[in-house]
Amino acid sequence: MSKTLVWVEHDNASVKDATLAAVTAASQLGEVHLLVAGAGCAGVAEAAAQIAGVGKVHLADDAAYGNALAENVAPLVVALMADHDAFVAPATSNGKNIAPRVAALLDVMQVSDILSVEGPKTFTRPTYAGNAIATVESSDAKLVVTVRGTAFAKAAASGGAGVVEAVAGSGDAGLSSFVGAEVAKSERPELTSAKIIVSGGRALKDAATFEATIMPLADKLGAGVGASRAAVDAGYVPNDYQVGQTGKIVAPEVYIAVGISGAIQHLAGMKDSKTIIAINKDEDAPIFQVADIGLIADLFSAVPELTTKISGA
Amino acid sequence: MKILVPVKRVIDYNVKPRVKADGTGVDLSNVKMSMNPFDEIAVEEALRIKEAGKADEVIVVSVGPAKAQETLRTALAMGADRAVLVETDAEVEPLAVAKILKSLVETETPGLVILGKQAIDDDSNQTGQMLAALLGRPQGTFASKVAVEGDKVVVTREVDGGLETVSLAIPAIVTTDLRLNEPRYASLPNIMKAKKKPLDVKSPADCGVDIAPRLKTLKVVEPAVRSAGIKVADVDALVAKLKEMGVA
Repeated sequence: MSKTLVWVEHDNASVKDATLAAVTAASQLGEVHLLVAGAGCAGVAEAAAQIAGVGKVHLADDAAYGNALAENVAPLVVALMADHDAFVAPATSNGKNIAPRVAALLDVMQVSDILSVEGPKTFTRPTYAGNAIATVESSDAKLVVTVRGTAFAKAAASGGAGVVEAVAGSGDAGLSSFVGAEVAKSERPELTSAKIIVSGGRALKDAATFEATIMPLADKLGAGVGASRAAVDAGYVPNDYQVGQTGKIVAPEVYIAVGISGAIQHLAGMKDSKTIIAINKDEDAPIFQVADIGLIADLFSAVPELTTKISGA
Repeated sequence: MKILVPVKRVIDYNVKPRVKADGTGVDLSNVKMSMNPFDEIAVEEALRIKEAGKADEVIVVSVGPAKAQETLRTALAMGADRAVLVETDAEVEPLAVAKILKSLVETETPGLVILGKQAIDDDSNQTGQMLAALLGRPQGTFASKVAVEGDKVVVTREVDGGLETVSLAIPAIVTTDLRLNEPRYASLPNIMKAKKKPLDVKSPADCGVDIAPRLKTLKVVEPAVRSAGIKVADVDALVAKLKEMGVA
C-alpha cells in the first residue's frame, strides 16, 4: 500500500481544519503519515496524532520551521519523501507556497487544488476559474497534490492513535527570513471553516455602513464575514474578507449574500455552499440564479429587520 | 540589475470559457486572447522598480505559440526593454516552463524574476515556486508589496489570515497577487516603438528542456450547474426558512 505524507497546517498551537480535508484525500491514496513542521509545536503533533486514521506523525521542531518558510521546509519534505509515495498539502497559502517547491525538487508535476480522487494517480481539478473541471492522470513516480478543502469531508479530529516521531531537517537554508505578520484579529469564525457566512457587496456603500449592516447579523448568527471583490476594491473591508476566485473558496452550510450581484468570479468562490441565500433589490441580479432562497428587498431595511427577528444561534 | 518577467498568453479574463462538446478541453478558437492578468501586474512591478532606479533592464519572456509574440509586444509597449519567445505549439506544463525559465535565468542572470502567481487558464499556481526550487533561490509568493533594499528584496505576501512579510536574498523569485499594483495602459507612441524592440525566438530544445507532459488530461467537463431556488416574499418568510434550517 502506498504511503502518503500530509502537510499539517497549524499555527504552532493548534491543527487547522484544512488539514482534516487533506487527510481525507490522502486516505484515498494510501496510508496516512503527517508532517508537523514548526517551532515549539510538540503539542500540535500530539493533537495531530489523534486525527482518525493517522499512522506516523513526523515532528520537525526547529526555529527555522516556525514560519513555514518554503526555502527551509521544502528540503525537509523532500528528505521524507524518500520513504513516501505522495505528498499531500491543503491548498492553503502555506500549502500553495511549499508544495510546488517540493514537486520541482522531486522532478514531479504537481496536481493543484484537487476536487476528488478518481484513481491511484487520477484526480479532478478546477481550471479556468472553475468553469472547466479537468480529470488528469499523473505519470510521475511520486505524487505531489494540493487539496481544495471544501471538496473533501473533514477527517475526525479524534479517535486516531498516531505515533509521534521526531525528525531533524537541514534547518535554515539561509535564503530568506521572516520579518513579521499582520494577522487580522477576529472573534468571528474563520471563513474557510465557518458554518454560516454573511457576505456583503458593493451595495453596502462604505466601510461604516458595511460594519453597521453586516456585522450585527453575522454576530447574531455566529457567522463568519465575507465580501465580494467589488466591496474589497472599494475599501469597505480588508482583502482577507474576499470570497471568490481571487480570494477565498468557501463552502459553508449557509451563505448569505447581501447586496452582491453575483459576478462569475464571486460565484466561483461560494457556489459549493450547501444553501445560498441572496438579499438584493435587483431582481435580475445573477446571484438569484444560484440562490436557493432569494429575497428581493432593499438591504438597508431588510437586513436590520432580519437581525432583529432571528433569535440568534 | 536585470529583471526577468515571464508572461503567458491566455483567454481574455472577460470571456466566459466554453468546454468543447467532445470533452477534450476548452474551446479557444476565435476567442479573444490577452496577457494573463497576474503577469501584467508582474510587468508593471518590474517597470516601477526600473523607474525607481533599482533595475536597469526588464526582459519579458513567453513560452508558447508564435502568436505569443503579440503578448510580448504588449509588454514591450508597456515599457519592457526586450523580449524572448520560446516557441512551441505544445501545451507546456508549469514544471517544463520552470525548467525553460531556469535555462534563461542562467543566461541572463537577472536579480529578480517576477511572475504572476497563477495563469487564469490552468490555475496551477506553481511555476514561480518551481523556478525558485530549481535555481535554489528564495521565493516571495502572492506579493502585495515589493521593496528592493540593497542585496535583499522585502516582500509582503497575501496569506490566509492577512499579510506576512519576508526578506529574501537577491537573486530572488517573486510572484504577484492582485493588489500589488494597477498595470498601466500602453500609449499609442509606445505601441509603435515596441514594434522595433528586440524579440528573440528560441525553441525548448535550444534551452535543453524536454517538454513532454507528465499529466494526461483524460477529460474536461463543465461544472455541475446550480439551479435557482425559491423567492420569499418578505423578511418574515426568510426568518421562517432559517428557523426550518435550524440556523435562526
